[in-house]
Amino acid sequence: MNIVVLVKQVPDTATERKLNADDKTLDRAASDGVINELDEYAIEEALQLKEKHGGEVTILTMGPDQATDSIRKALSMGADKAVFVNDDALHGSDSLQTAYALAQALGTIEYDVVVLGSESTDARTGVVGAALAEYLGLPQLTFARKVDVDGSTIRIQRQTDYGYDVVEAQLPAVVSVVEKINEPRYPSFKLIMQAKKKPVDKKSAADAGIDTARVGLANATTETVDFDAAPPRAAGTVVKDEGDGGAKIADFLVEKKFV
Amino acid sequence: MAEVLVLVDHVDGQVKKVTTELLTAARRIGEPAAVWVGDGAESGRAALAEYGAEKVYVATAELNDHVVAPKAELLAKLAQDKGAAAILVSATAENKEIAGRTAVKLGSGVLTDVVDVNADVVAEHSIFGGATITHARVRTGVPIVAVRPNSVPAEAASGAAAEEAVSVEVSDAAKTARVVERVNEEQGERPELTEAAIVVSGGRGVGSDDFSVVEDLADSLGAAVGASRAAVDSGWYPNQFQVGQTGKTVSPNLYVALGISGAIQHRAGMQTAKNIVAVNKDPEAPIFELADYGVVGDLHKVAPQLTEEIKKRK
Repeated sequence: MNIVVLVKQVPDTATERKLNADDKTLDRAASDGVINELDEYAIEEALQLKEKHGGEVTILTMGPDQATDSIRKALSMGADKAVFVNDDALHGSDSLQTAYALAQALGTIEYDVVVLGSESTDARTGVVGAALAEYLGLPQLTFARKVDVDGSTIRIQRQTDYGYDVVEAQLPAVVSVVEKINEPRYPSFKLIMQAKKKPVDKKSAADAGIDTARVGLANATTETVDFDAAPPRAAGTVVKDEGDGGAKIADFLVEKKFV
Repeated sequence: MAEVLVLVDHVDGQVKKVTTELLTAARRIGEPAAVWVGDGAESGRAALAEYGAEKVYVATAELNDHVVAPKAELLAKLAQDKGAAAILVSATAENKEIAGRTAVKLGSGVLTDVVDVNADVVAEHSIFGGATITHARVRTGVPIVAVRPNSVPAEAASGAAAEEAVSVEVSDAAKTARVVERVNEEQGERPELTEAAIVVSGGRGVGSDDFSVVEDLADSLGAAVGASRAAVDSGWYPNQFQVGQTGKTVSPNLYVALGISGAIQHRAGMQTAKNIVAVNKDPEAPIFELADYGVVGDLHKVAPQLTEEIKKRK
């Protein structure tokens, strides 16, 4: 079973994140780039599926030059190879354009399952998996907290507000995962060394079958009009508990009419 | 005036509060038209009328038999047939997916997790864990906007709520991911986390899977219970209650953080709460930078006292 994992490089949430003043896109130079956290769970799930069912795990990343760091990390977890779609024409693409571009790039790869994190920590839209399924015309098995494959049938537990839905489809399918699904492995020294030799197929937008008139900031379906630092919260009151901390909070809640 | 489609969130025929917030926002843009999928529209109709819905489009429950795609087909069809000015949904995980697929069908853009929207469908976002405010608009097609619950205050205004059945021929392409079972893991009668006006969350400081100290306080306030990633990762509380970057985003009127340090991962999920109360042993915990009222102390002493005080004063 061949599996493609979509991996996005995002700014490290532990560092300060900024937008570019000129084009209002993410300032990727301002912070360290790391693999989007939920994508590590996607890689782990792909590796577990490969361990059970055989096949190959391919990483598919779209992004600027520095995204190669995240690709190496993904390969060092145990993925077999990578496709890196890297083109200035893609800069500033919004979530739907990204889904379109990834759908086109997937057309150049053979796969049975596409796995991705259910959302990224930077834009946090949570729509790419669904939009990708729409573009590809494939079953949408998103927000999975458990995945089982039996022959050509795939079954997931889809996380919901009330618990979960069991959802079933025929392969190929698009699967997005939530944190509960597994515990991502750490790369071993041996795998890190091996990863340096694994093939990374770099593609331009044209190589990936992407129509550049449909992607990039100039063709985006949405536009950031302006942005500003959020006003700081007014400083609050902090007291040390002297045995009456609970009562003091109750006073505050009464004052604010919550009680 | 052009119609603004509002996808209704409902449980057992009861309209959820966020839908009344969406109808309020929709009235700024055009004429609100509610879209009801499933049974119970008759019992929900009064609430929709009370918040200005002029129409209620009703589609059958079968649309729920497959994941997301059939509802996107419904919204796309209605948007086209009615010449809708915009589509509003609540920013839940599933509704954002519906918004995304609908946008692809219509060649539209989608704005997710917005905290406000004006008459020109310019939407406000709070991003990077609340550090930055942006305004954005959709450039192509019918704008589709997913609004965070508790962001737009609901205001009543009467509407006709004229019911109209809508039949959709769900395509085979939309029937590929079939829901075979729904499993309810919900705990008790507490309000839903993202909708709740008050949320009480517990973190590492709770110290064990005995979350009763958090739950008792939540119940005294009629609040939902949340948990930090540390608590969920430790197996102390179920995943679906996780508040933060990789969990739910909440925007309640009051957020009570018990034993939560306030790492960016957590703040990203609760920073837009209107009032924040924190209890933590560590006076240096970053949660105190956000707190309107903070107590440095042991939550196992402070929270039970607070619960008792609330019961006394109610």
